[in-house]
Amino acid sequence: MSEHSTTPGTGPDLTGVENTVGPTSDTVKVEQAAAESERTSHGGGLMSGAFGRNIGLVVALLVICVVGVATAGDRFASVDNLVTILRLASIVGVVSIGMTFVIISGGIDLSVGAIVALASVWASTYATQNMAEDTSWLVMVFVALAVGGACGLVNGVLIAYGNVVPFIMTLAMLASARGLAEIISERRTQIVRVEGFKDFWSADVLGIPLLVVIFALVAVAGWLLLNRTTFGRRTLAVGGNPEAARLAGINVKRHTTLVYVLVGVCCGLAALMYLARTSTGSSTHGTLLELDAIAAVVIGGTLLTGGRGTIVGTVFGVLIFSTLSNVFVLNNQDSSTQAVAKGLIIVVAVLLQQRLARRSVST
Amino acid sequence: MRGIVKRFPGVLALGGVDLDVRPGEVHCLLGQNGAGKSTLIKVLSASYQPDEGEILWEGEPVALGTPQAAMKLGISTIYQELDLVPGLSVAENIFLGHELSSAGVSQRGRTNREAAALLARLGHSEISPTREVGRLTPAAQQVVSMARALSQNTRLLVLDEPSAVLDQGEVDNLFRVIADLTAEGVAIVYISHRLEEIRQIGDRITVLKDGSTVATGLAVADTPTAELIKLMTGRSIEYVFPPRGDAATTPREPVLEVSGLELPGVFSGVDLTVHAGEIVGLAGLVGAGRSEIIETVYGARRPTAGVVRVNGKELRRGSVTAAVKAGLGLAPEERKSQGLLLDQAIYSNITVSTMGRFARLGFLDRGEERRRSREITESLDVRPAGVDRLVRLLSGGNQQKVVLARWLLRECKVLLLDEPTRGVDVGARAEIYTVVRALADSGVAIVVVSSEVEEVLGLADRVLVVREGRVVHEGPATEIDESRVLDLVMEGSAA
Repeated sequence: MSEHSTTPGTGPDLTGVENTVGPTSDTVKVEQAAAESERTSHGGGLMSGAFGRNIGLVVALLVICVVGVATAGDRFASVDNLVTILRLASIVGVVSIGMTFVIISGGIDLSVGAIVALASVWASTYATQNMAEDTSWLVMVFVALAVGGACGLVNGVLIAYGNVVPFIMTLAMLASARGLAEIISERRTQIVRVEGFKDFWSADVLGIPLLVVIFALVAVAGWLLLNRTTFGRRTLAVGGNPEAARLAGINVKRHTTLVYVLVGVCCGLAALMYLARTSTGSSTHGTLLELDAIAAVVIGGTLLTGGRGTIVGTVFGVLIFSTLSNVFVLNNQDSSTQAVAKGLIIVVAVLLQQRLARRSVST
Repeated sequence: MRGIVKRFPGVLALGGVDLDVRPGEVHCLLGQNGAGKSTLIKVLSASYQPDEGEILWEGEPVALGTPQAAMKLGISTIYQELDLVPGLSVAENIFLGHELSSAGVSQRGRTNREAAALLARLGHSEISPTREVGRLTPAAQQVVSMARALSQNTRLLVLDEPSAVLDQGEVDNLFRVIADLTAEGVAIVYISHRLEEIRQIGDRITVLKDGSTVATGLAVADTPTAELIKLMTGRSIEYVFPPRGDAATTPREPVLEVSGLELPGVFSGVDLTVHAGEIVGLAGLVGAGRSEIIETVYGARRPTAGVVRVNGKELRRGSVTAAVKAGLGLAPEERKSQGLLLDQAIYSNITVSTMGRFARLGFLDRGEERRRSREITESLDVRPAGVDRLVRLLSGGNQQKVVLARWLLRECKVLLLDEPTRGVDVGARAEIYTVVRALADSGVAIVVVSSEVEEVLGLADRVLVVREGRVVHEGPATEIDESRVLDLVMEGSAA
């Protein structure tokens, strides 16, 4: 943002070019034509782009819902159950939004689950909770977000400036963050006793649980960040072609770092949601969360090689998995069967994605 | 090949192409970017299946179902992007896919011996068969590709712009190899944008335009260059360089000043001053350090010594961000891998260096981005029009215009152009030259690096000749001719 803000306006060089090369056309006509083509191309892009790309996901979600209604009837198709599904989706959803940015930027973060555990433990230690009781429960919120952000910063700095491969760096963070969480908590479950925190986080907003509202807000914010801001555009550029992005003047190292900080903060938020849902902080929170998040992002159509991806796709990915496990639970299927189904969905989604990618390259 | 038709979704890439190649001849394939040359050779090598038409091999119709089938017949193709495995040795690459083995155990000794024999036949016995391919120069890698083609008893060799990565000496060597091969009866299909090369080695020419054959079997000797260009373009001009302004005569203030720049093992003691409104050309062989010099000026490499100043202000070493902030712009040598975000829209490729201008509190005004991009693409005549198209779908010349548009929008003070017309067809070249000159006339300081001496001399006001990492000559472009430049760059390096 800051390094590119030079004075806008048409410079002398441009006019020079127009005079020599361009056909000097009637400006009014050009403007009109421009406005027209903008409307058509933009509208067309929305229809064929966002909708067309996600139609497979919509169909998949509908199929799962149909199966749910057929096998569980009213137990599935009820408002209560819908809320249950969304609550289930909310924590992994928040992390997946952050993960979408990391994967679009060409990286991967295996440490999200461990960071969630560490943040949940750190925000619920005796010391933190004592301080929170003396002042405000916001202390816990601050600690969780700061711990998440700090872990992301360590990941980001070592990946971007230390040239450690993201897979290895975040694998190391996965091990050490959860280890640190175990050390701090002495492997005990820490119960949340700050009343203010419990009151706020268990509240409903217009009948909708706060966790679901947070997921919705994070999804909307993520969409805006990716599609409407310089941050999002740079993320796409860095993931699409890091060398070209660097030579175009983007500070690729700084941007990469910021992306990992972003996912770290998302993990801090997810830790708070764990504290709210379970009323405990624990070093076992978020176990295997990284796999769920990566799976949701990937079936949502984000390329693991970076440069392309959507928030809408990720949200669908999260909903597909949480609806699927809801249907399995309602039918008293064990989690093992569920895991097999999950694996199948991932493989099918990736196969479809590759086919689409090949088609777009050959045209 | 008779009446070959190939359709892609929405595009008719080839609409009835005929091509006949005789044993022992060099058949040149000419055409602008997007004329269908690459598609045609992919059909020939069976990477693509034609929708209509037939391929006759020694008079018999053949169906080439897979690339392996084509290879078995004796058709080998060397693509622009070399398809070698960097981690394997030279010999392993040469025999990749048809390894010499007995009972599944590879015969390393025999493989290396035969590879050495093939390399010697190509006049490159200095390349060790056990060397890792990733450590070779692009030119040497190309020799390995040719050796691979020879190792499979090739009867028809297709070369797609083989000279693009080579300097003059290496090109001469390539031509010698081609002459040897044709003497043995191997037919060559040769694709190049360089007409002078075709003059030198071609026997007959087929011209493609918009996916169809416009002329086939023209004898090289009897076809004037002007006629070829006319066939390719419908125009009758070769390179037209725009007239120089008065920049060379009127003294202006220096914009870019480089002194004592050094990158160990690559170049040293480079001094370079570019004034406002001036175009400075860097000539030299591939590998002489030209690209490295401007990449270092741009901050993409960190020098060990030397200072870069823009308008008198010293730049932080090795920082692209600082360089861009100070008003530098670079159109890099490898357009696709270094310059463009291929899977993104034209407009976001153009605004990527000026994003801050279109943002309020980090939020982008995409309507404004499109509007400004459209103004610039229209002034540069980027075809097809429309800024929402993916850059991947544009031809080389139009992709280069998108890179130029990026820096036009930024109104940079110094523009560094590395091989601005590589892979660009004749028509678009002239347009790019005009744009570059117009930019200089508006006060931008420009540095052009090019392997084509003619281009450097025609476009630049002042020429620097680089040899082995040192500037060996500096002077006005009008006071030096092509043969003198070649003298300077070859001197000493031939021994």
